[in-house]
Amino acid sequence: MNTKSINRLIDSMKLLIVVVIACLLVSVIILCVSNEPGNAISSFFLGPFTSLRRIGNILEGAVPLIFTALAVTLIFRAGQFSMISEGSFFIGITGAMMVGIALPLPSVVHPIVALLTAGIFGAIAAAIPAFLKLKWQASEVVTSIMLNYIIQFFALYLVNYHFREPEASSLASLKIAESAELPVIVSGTKVHLGLLIALLCCVLLWFYIFKTRQGFRIRLVGDNPNFSSYVGIKSALVMVGAQILAGFVAGLGGGVEFLGMYTRFKWTSSPGYGWTGIAVALLARRNPILVPFAAIFIAYLEVGSGIMARSSDVSAEVVDIIQGVIMLMIAADALLQGWKQRLIVKNATEGGRA
Amino acid sequence: MKNITKVYPNGVVANRDVTFEVNTGEIHALSGENGAGKTTLMKILFGEEKPTSGSILIGGKEVDIRNPQDALGLGIGMVHQHFMLVPSLTVTENVILGIEKRKGLGIDYRSAEKLVGDMGRKYNMYLDPKTKVRDLSVGQKQKLEILKILIRGARILILDEPTAVLTPQETGELFAELKNLRDQGFTIIFISHKLDEIRELCDRITIIRHGETKGVFGLEGITDEELSQRMIGRDVQLTVEKPECRRGGAVLSAKEVVVSGDGDKPLLDRISFTLHSGEILGIAGVEGNGQSQLVDAITGIGPYDGGEILFSDSTIRQGDIRRIRKSGMGYIPEDRMTLGISPSLSVTENMIADKIDDPRFFSKGGFIDNGGIDAFSRQMIDDYAILCQNGDVSISSLSGGNIQKVVLAREMSSNPKLIIANQPTRGVDVGATEFIRRKLVAMRDSGCAVLLVSSDLNELLGLSDRLLVMYGGRFAACFSSLAGVDGQTLGRYMLGLDKQDEDEISRSAM
Repeated sequence: MNTKSINRLIDSMKLLIVVVIACLLVSVIILCVSNEPGNAISSFFLGPFTSLRRIGNILEGAVPLIFTALAVTLIFRAGQFSMISEGSFFIGITGAMMVGIALPLPSVVHPIVALLTAGIFGAIAAAIPAFLKLKWQASEVVTSIMLNYIIQFFALYLVNYHFREPEASSLASLKIAESAELPVIVSGTKVHLGLLIALLCCVLLWFYIFKTRQGFRIRLVGDNPNFSSYVGIKSALVMVGAQILAGFVAGLGGGVEFLGMYTRFKWTSSPGYGWTGIAVALLARRNPILVPFAAIFIAYLEVGSGIMARSSDVSAEVVDIIQGVIMLMIAADALLQGWKQRLIVKNATEGGRA
Repeated sequence: MKNITKVYPNGVVANRDVTFEVNTGEIHALSGENGAGKTTLMKILFGEEKPTSGSILIGGKEVDIRNPQDALGLGIGMVHQHFMLVPSLTVTENVILGIEKRKGLGIDYRSAEKLVGDMGRKYNMYLDPKTKVRDLSVGQKQKLEILKILIRGARILILDEPTAVLTPQETGELFAELKNLRDQGFTIIFISHKLDEIRELCDRITIIRHGETKGVFGLEGITDEELSQRMIGRDVQLTVEKPECRRGGAVLSAKEVVVSGDGDKPLLDRISFTLHSGEILGIAGVEGNGQSQLVDAITGIGPYDGGEILFSDSTIRQGDIRRIRKSGMGYIPEDRMTLGISPSLSVTENMIADKIDDPRFFSKGGFIDNGGIDAFSRQMIDDYAILCQNGDVSISSLSGGNIQKVVLAREMSSNPKLIIANQPTRGVDVGATEFIRRKLVAMRDSGCAVLLVSSDLNELLGLSDRLLVMYGGRFAACFSSLAGVDGQTLGRYMLGLDKQDEDEISRSAM
């Protein structure tokens, strides 16, 4: 066994342990808070599989997470820590809504234009912290988080004053044209074309990061910007480019989610997919091909929690706690370090000198 | 230290069943090639690394050293290869950092200063307690490091390649101080692979090779050849055969180059020289006399404020690295870990990082061509004798010498007209050193121009066709021929004790 396969073994074991611990934790917490733990646990874990509709819920829930996680992956790969995927996603929703309501277009063209608009809106949002850093070395972490709030209230302003349904008592936009909606692809569920777009994006981004020149540049810049500059790459521009593309992906995700799942804009605050996307991206070890699996797992937990909240006495907030713990565990790189070291020692002392 | 084994998380076995023994009151050399495991062994003794197995005994008693505080408590102190000092603080503040004595709410500076002064005088290493560390010379900083651990109560001193950064004169001074310490009953472990220094200073030597002990010898009864054979397992020809220099046209010329820096005194003060194809131009100098600024300016990484640098008939500007590389400049940087490689990418990816426009590796549409890349990588690994399982392993798993060979392979495979080699063999084992030097000479013979910046005087004297000496941001000397030049002479110019006539320098530097 060489060092590379040891790393792979440890990585997959780590993932498995994170999943198992997460599930154990769910059970323990349920046991503590519930009077009918059997019912709660089974509705949490098995509930999501009890009907086609619920399985569909998992897939639908995974779609926005895939997009935001891809955006996070791209940003992290370039060595940046912009948190803009949240804002890009939300402004993407807004862009798709505007096109969906205001532009009368034929059916196939309409969603395409709406999605492109969503992506471009997201890209513009992501470009702002990137350029602030390029020009004035403003930390993208700070500017992106603050920008997320600006975007949230800007979007709410647009809906409230320009696209609001006058009849509705609560905040809701006008209905989008039917021609803009994304078609459902599995009947009996709400699983829409967006799932396929999401999976396609995973493949494309994997290819982009690992198989193209620009992807190679991004990985070089992300790993050691001094080195990439030294070999003649304009590191700062590559970082900006990666963030803009990431913003496009997140914005596109917002558009897909909106056109696939909603007919009106009803959010009163940013939905938080960008934040969950960070957990998904880390769980997928910043690899676009693994992103769908991580997204489906997180979506499964969310669907399970929803069912549990409805059919037992445990509240859905409990699951938010569990998700936080999972994120901490993913970030804890030292997990299994001892075992890894023992394997490597064994490997090395048995004469496998590199 | 008994049966010490250390395996690093990346799978490298640094020490394999090493037993190491030092007597009180001796200067003991710990020697071996770079990457042999000397530093690791000492870091274990100093509590900075945990051994995978094995035990440490002091005065016959087994001890458990978990961190440097434990080690210092047992009287073990270490001076690292790279100094661990705070430049903006004074000598005294550096010494007492972490062990400050309080006086009321503040720190008792007066008694601390007195202590530093007294200790300095006692051990013949006096430094002005109130000087800021950034104003000290390298040799003085080293004294300060030693003083620091003496004041912390060390009786066993570990010095990790202390002479690497010193001029011959400073080295002589250091040796006198160390002998003085030994006579006062201190024990010194001297890590080095410079045989002449070891002979001058040490009583006994332990040799480590590939992480294993190759024996302990008294220095009286063993010849240099025997020692070097034990260290590297074969005879190494340390002087490289060099055919006559065939000098061609000018490749790089610097005219009155100025780098101002932040202070009053410019870091580079109107430097002019010309480098021709087919020659190796050496630059000697104690570190910090403007060499880094010069190299940064030439390679486009750093700025220059006045004058002009011309390479292949066009002016070099900061940040224009891509164009500079395209017109044929290769650069082997001084600090390969932060500038020369991308640590988590593979050996192959590191080798093609500067060739992303090469159609062999990336197709027209910008897609990776794995076939071309793999073939190239295998070829390079063969040509440069890079020791690795294959090109796909992470470059960080390689030893220092092999990482440097990857850098060399990358820079030399892009058909350069000019190679800037900044400390190309620093921290590299003897075998790789020889290889790198041969390659540099081979490049020169094929018509490439080489600018060699080095702190290894033997390397400069052995490889250079012409040699410049830098002092205080200017050239202190220029030798058009190296016949009759030796390390002592260079040392005097490097320390600013001697200086050639300006006109003479500018004539021979052209």
